[in-house]
Amino acid sequence: MTYFFVILFIALIAYVIYFTVVRARTVVNSPYNQRQDSFAETVVRGDIVDRNGNVLATTTVGDDGSETRSYPYGNVFSHVVGYSDSDLGNTGLESVENFELLTSNAFFLEKLQNQFTDSKNRGDTVVTTLDAELQQASYDALGDNRGAVVVMEASTGKILSMVSKPDYNPNTILSDWSTLNSDEDNSPLLNRATQGSYAPGSTFKIVTTLAFMRQNSNYGNYTYDCIGEITTGDTTIHCFDGTAHGYEDLRSSIANSCNSSFANIGTLLDIDGYRDTAEDLLFNSDLPSVLGYTKSSFALTSDSGEAEIMMTAMGQGKTTVSPYHMALITQAIANGGTLMEPYLVDSVTNYTGTEIRRNVPKSYRRLMTSDEAAQLKEYMAAVVEEGTGSVLSGASYSAAGKTGTAEYSMSDGEKTHSWFMGFTNVDNPELVISVITEGSDGSASGKAVSIARQILDSYYD
Amino acid sequence: MVNIVVQISKYIIIILMAAYTFSCFSIFTRNYEDEERRVLIRQNVLMFLLQFAAFGAMYLAADDIRIMFIYAALAVTLLAVILLYNLIYPNVSRLVVNNMCMLINAGMIMITRLSSDNASPYGSAVRQMIFVVLGIVFGLTVPVLIRKLKVLENWTYIYAGVGGAALLIVAVFAVSSGGAKLSFDLGPISIQPSEFVKILFVFFVASSLKKSVEFKNIVVTTAVAAGHVLILVLSTDLGAALIFFVVYLIMLYVATRQPLYALAGIAAGVLAAVIGYHLFSHIQVRVQAWQDPFAAYSGGGYQLAQSLFAIGTGSWFGTGLFQGQPDMIPVAETDFIFSAITEEMGVIYALCLILICVSCYVMFLNIAMELRDPFYKLIALGLGTCYIFQVFLQIGGVTKFIPSTGVTLPLVSYGGSSLLSTMIMFGIIQGLYIIREDEEEERIERKRERELRNEPRKTNRKNTAKTRPRFEEVPKQRTRRKQRVR
Repeated sequence: MTYFFVILFIALIAYVIYFTVVRARTVVNSPYNQRQDSFAETVVRGDIVDRNGNVLATTTVGDDGSETRSYPYGNVFSHVVGYSDSDLGNTGLESVENFELLTSNAFFLEKLQNQFTDSKNRGDTVVTTLDAELQQASYDALGDNRGAVVVMEASTGKILSMVSKPDYNPNTILSDWSTLNSDEDNSPLLNRATQGSYAPGSTFKIVTTLAFMRQNSNYGNYTYDCIGEITTGDTTIHCFDGTAHGYEDLRSSIANSCNSSFANIGTLLDIDGYRDTAEDLLFNSDLPSVLGYTKSSFALTSDSGEAEIMMTAMGQGKTTVSPYHMALITQAIANGGTLMEPYLVDSVTNYTGTEIRRNVPKSYRRLMTSDEAAQLKEYMAAVVEEGTGSVLSGASYSAAGKTGTAEYSMSDGEKTHSWFMGFTNVDNPELVISVITEGSDGSASGKAVSIARQILDSYYD
Repeated sequence: MVNIVVQISKYIIIILMAAYTFSCFSIFTRNYEDEERRVLIRQNVLMFLLQFAAFGAMYLAADDIRIMFIYAALAVTLLAVILLYNLIYPNVSRLVVNNMCMLINAGMIMITRLSSDNASPYGSAVRQMIFVVLGIVFGLTVPVLIRKLKVLENWTYIYAGVGGAALLIVAVFAVSSGGAKLSFDLGPISIQPSEFVKILFVFFVASSLKKSVEFKNIVVTTAVAAGHVLILVLSTDLGAALIFFVVYLIMLYVATRQPLYALAGIAAGVLAAVIGYHLFSHIQVRVQAWQDPFAAYSGGGYQLAQSLFAIGTGSWFGTGLFQGQPDMIPVAETDFIFSAITEEMGVIYALCLILICVSCYVMFLNIAMELRDPFYKLIALGLGTCYIFQVFLQIGGVTKFIPSTGVTLPLVSYGGSSLLSTMIMFGIIQGLYIIREDEEEERIERKRERELRNEPRKTNRKNTAKTRPRFEEVPKQRTRRKQRVR
């Protein structure tokens, strides 16, 4: 009894220390914290640079003491680096790293001198994992398409490139604001990479395949005879362009991206188990992300109708996902089932470059067993070798992946999103890539995989 | 330039605070009275130096002469407290007096800082100062009352009646004013009765359990105690309800030594908590705010989020006085004063503050352990529990360790009722300390008589064994054991 309160207080003190050491930084970083704004009174906002030291954002101080935030790459990094404006607030890394940028770890004698002369200290530099060259290549490859690209280092989870289009110029954000903010057709301020919510199309067949593998240990013996369409009840599902794929096993079903075969697999699945698999892959759940994101949704329940099940199994239906999430799933497959926690900030240094803090790669969670990952890897390699991803074959690097075409109806007719998710250097995966282009007029098949090829070629050349 | 002085004073304050806190515990290891006295005097010196550094820095930073007036008033008052206690009650625990002054001092520094933004600048600092003086008058009167009034233990149902009635009035009042109003106004001052009823409640339980620990009496006592708790829950004063509950449980357990009662009590408490959670929406709001104050930012999480921002921004060394923004925390002067202190004076300073509270509690327990009369023993234990549990609820609440219950930090938070009741509590315990010294003296006296009469010691030892305090052992710390020879 006597020790009861002593233990309570030891726990309380331990907690306060834990909070100060571990939690405080994250808490203080919260966008709700208006205290940060006052830091700007004594600190000149620090720089954001890429992994090679290329400056992505910097503040110049005029002779009259006025401060201007500028972004040398203009539109290229608009969503991921974001903008910082005293009236509009901060977005992207400018928001996430606001605290670091407005904290100065300059040499203490210099800070002391600044105290005496009443000058401002220079804030710390945020060194990102981004690669300006690869970012530029992704930006160029996406061209005029609406959509997004995410490129990650497979073994570490470092995000090398993240592009979303349409974009904006952070240098002129204040004057462009009313136009940008009211443009609801294009929503250029939205970071489609993490916040876009799309039907996954055929890329979702990877999830369906994993569920099928888990529910049928003899999945290797699966066969299906595709006649170009499948009908159950009053629902008929067609293969792309009505192609009859003929006799298929699971491997060729994936390589051909055969809708009929996957609709058939859907009817064979236990739906609760299917949902468990999807949720293991982080559908309907939080994602590890420092940037704001939209949760992905998998809507099937054991009450769902046959039609919805078949549609979902081939990637239509009510399922939604972000390009970022697709990159995470691909990364886990490439890493033998373990998802490495993705990150954007490699280190924080003071403005002269002395390191203050470094992030190290850490695993987030195991999403599947290594056997399952190896099997999916093999299927994805088949997609490139002999299937719908053949655009990527014959390159100087090996690749594996899954294409997708998601259909949706708009007032001006049927439109399609084009998807690609994949990774390079199949035996020892190097880069993970996820690409989406929005709303083409139906002829978009293979658009995303071509963009992926362009980006990867530029990286490996 | 001013900023540099403020920054330097910040580190000086932390060093002084740490040295003081260290002496709070090291004193228990001192073996000789003059060594002990040296430590106690050093504590006083540390406190006044700290006070000077803090108020000096504030004066420089805010450039307002009123700060110096408050400083002068506080310094004189605290000096008077220390001297008066020395003069009137040479036998009280000086450590408790020092700690009380230190906590009041820490509170006054922050209240002065925060009240610079008041509608009438420094209004609440001045009001708090008046209550400190009032509290000292009570604090100096109470010990003698406790010592002289031998009938205190017979007033069992007077305590329960007066306390219960006061709570009931507040409950009715609170219900009619839409809840959450826990005080009523008497002219210019508003009184929060639950702060004072705590003391009556402890007296009630102690006197009732002293009379008898028969099952029947325990049922009756428990029913009355449950009545208190229920009224508090109905008037939405959950923090106080929880304190009453825990205090009763611990007093009951110590008086009866029946683990069964304790277990039954804990089970009832858990059951009540679950029912309460589903019954009252404001409890659910609190719990949600605790789980994720940022997700519930606009739905009750705002206060806690601001509190965490303050603590996180302050970090180990704080921002320095007048260099942070503790005014952004709602009710920073009362419920969230700990966060405000942490922001500007740092986590190290704040942890020291916690340890000083713990030091008080250890001293209270020591006193309780050495008292022989079960009535006094239970009172020391009950009031000590009351004090330390409130500290725990408060600091745990604002740091997101536990869901917040909206209680004040005794002696530190702004608020007359809280300050006065705590100073009375400290006064009562000081009174008990004197009683303990009397008991000690009596024992020595008897022993000497016995020796004169050459009585065999055997029988006596047997008696001691029987009446030995039925307490668990607290860590072996020394209370003042003065061998007075007359």
